[in-house]
Amino acid sequence: MNTSLTARHGLSDRALAWMFVLPTVILLLAFNIFPLLWTIYLSFTNFRANRPNLDVDWVGFSNYTRVLNDEAVWGHMQATAHFLCWSITLQILIGFGLALLLNRRFRSHSFWSTAILLPMMLAPAVVGTFWKYFFEPQYGIFNYIVGLLGGPKDFTMLGDGDLSPWAIVLVDTWMWAPYVMLLLLAGLRSIPPYLYEAAEIDRASEWTKFWRVTLPMVMPFIVLAVLFRAIENFKMFDLVDQLTNGGPGSITELASISLKREAFEKWRTGYASALAIILFVSIYGMSMVAVRFLDRVKQR
Amino acid sequence: MKTIRSKLVVASLAVATGLLATSAQAQQKQLTLCWAAWDPANALVELSKDFTAKSGIQMKFEFVPWPNFAQRMLNELNSKGKLCDLLIGDSQWIGSAATEGHYVRLNEFFDKSGIRMSDFAPATVEGYSTWPKGSKNYYALPAMGDAVAFTYRKDWFARPDLRAEFKQKTGRELDPPKTWDEFKAIAQFFQNRVIDGKKVYGAALYTERGSEGITMGVSNTMYAYGMEYDNPKKPYDMKGFINGPGAVKGLKFYKELYDCCTPPGHSNAYMTENLDAYKSGQVAMQMNFIAFFPGISKDPQVGGEKSGFFAMPKGDKQLAQLGGQGISVVKYSDKQEAALEYIKWFAQPNIQQRWWDAGGASTHMAVLGKPGFEKSAPYAPVYLESMKIVKDFWAEPAYAQLLLAMQSRVHNYVVAGKGTPQEALDGLLKDWTDVFKEDGKLK
Repeated sequence: MNTSLTARHGLSDRALAWMFVLPTVILLLAFNIFPLLWTIYLSFTNFRANRPNLDVDWVGFSNYTRVLNDEAVWGHMQATAHFLCWSITLQILIGFGLALLLNRRFRSHSFWSTAILLPMMLAPAVVGTFWKYFFEPQYGIFNYIVGLLGGPKDFTMLGDGDLSPWAIVLVDTWMWAPYVMLLLLAGLRSIPPYLYEAAEIDRASEWTKFWRVTLPMVMPFIVLAVLFRAIENFKMFDLVDQLTNGGPGSITELASISLKREAFEKWRTGYASALAIILFVSIYGMSMVAVRFLDRVKQR
Repeated sequence: MKTIRSKLVVASLAVATGLLATSAQAQQKQLTLCWAAWDPANALVELSKDFTAKSGIQMKFEFVPWPNFAQRMLNELNSKGKLCDLLIGDSQWIGSAATEGHYVRLNEFFDKSGIRMSDFAPATVEGYSTWPKGSKNYYALPAMGDAVAFTYRKDWFARPDLRAEFKQKTGRELDPPKTWDEFKAIAQFFQNRVIDGKKVYGAALYTERGSEGITMGVSNTMYAYGMEYDNPKKPYDMKGFINGPGAVKGLKFYKELYDCCTPPGHSNAYMTENLDAYKSGQVAMQMNFIAFFPGISKDPQVGGEKSGFFAMPKGDKQLAQLGGQGISVVKYSDKQEAALEYIKWFAQPNIQQRWWDAGGASTHMAVLGKPGFEKSAPYAPVYLESMKIVKDFWAEPAYAQLLLAMQSRVHNYVVAGKGTPQEALDGLLKDWTDVFKEDGKLK
């Protein structure tokens, strides 16, 4: 019946399917695949977007060689690695702690759940801007609290070469630990109660229950949280841009900020394209490892 | 019935065509001028009403806040956008704008209109209008003369108790500093002092990282102790010039000033942050562009007799970082004729005089050389003095790369405290050599 109907209107099922899929495919090609291929092409040229009158030459792998031999790039990678490792570690620890707390029923449970989620509902640029004021040494609340707790008051969190990398870790943790908490809370709630009942019958201690039941069961969610946060933080831009603008010097200049500077401030389009491709491959590789690990954890 | 309907259609079409024509005509009679959003821009809006009255051409303004100004306008030029018919662009852009053909070359127009560049202050013609430097190819008319200088709290400097204490400590009078050493002594004297129950600090210096701030600040002390960008006899030969002993001394001195005498947290400050620090009574002295001085003069908190002005102090030499801009006609504009008409109007001596009176900074010799000019505003002597000692950053087509390299290296040393001044400048020499090699200027 269907076949005859569509045949009568001159469209086969296959054609109809294509008709529905085609707009998406076209958009995907236009906005994802084509720019990616074009970026790959540009990465092999000396093209500069601000110098359209210059000849565009094919330079082979020289942009890639220059990126990989550039001391500054390795400095930015180091800054990114510091930010990534510490922010994710702290977010997992704090997020897990909060999830364990919120997994119990207590009075005003809903209020606290919502309150804890508030930071992740804000725009990163806004968070960066108001934390900049919090860190202001003369009137910022951060120095004031540190002073109240007996610490020094006259330090400059954002202007100090040793403290500024920790400032961005702190703010990112404040913002995204609730997100990790949310994921891990879902994990905790999915653990079947009979596992704990069986552990109690075996007279397992609280620590054994946590170590043998809770942690293994939540592990896939932890891996997922690490994966999501790692991808997000690898391309972190707006929060850090607002907070430190990559400074002082280039101490908090993460890979993404450096990429933006190369592409749209220094206008080294070919070089920046090569850097973008290297970052893309790094994120992709990291994600693949995490997905493999996730599969293995799930199979256990 | 049919006749009535067709008449109605014809009438509607006529009205529509008329409306379209009027709108197109209005479009044709309107120019868009792009500049940074700051006090002088507001003065130009007022002044331009005279142009509209005389020419019938409406003026539209597109003002972009300073932190985004360069990126926004350079994007506009690179994409051959038609947003701006006239652009008051930074002096450093002239190289790339001329090389890439973003600006209209104005020589013929100047000859035809009787505009002589010798009528303008030579440093500003060189800085804002010419490319290559030293040539007579003009791409802009000097529009806004500017340089980095200082404001100071005249009322604090005048206090007998402070003057006596300063004299006792240093053996000198508490007067505006003539040398960098005097500047440092005064800044140290005020640092952490309590005045009227409020803790104050020595000086607000430029320390901004993202765009050009710290470079615009540190270059003043580096110039003062003998820094040159390159060998005056051999262009682009920078070894021993940008990282020579004078440059190292100047950079080290700026860090000492940053460490001893700026307010806490003043680690990413440029024009606005310095203005805020000064106007809120936090600092005794403020580094800023002279363009802000008319506003300070009139400020209800620190204006009038409370503020004074002084030009860059001396080291081994006395030099000040050039600011300011020229006005150019954008090549992609469809209204180049009208834009040129605006420039012709703007170049007239009487309009230049009104520009100065309104708070702009004319560089026309008829204005600067007029008897009594020095007394025309409290900051006029500083403006005159500064325009004679200005020196500019590179205006090369690759200026953005050169600037960002300096921002990073200098900020790393001055603010983050990493490495030594020699290491910072050796690194800068390497960065700049790479840029010029990439640009084909060095082999």
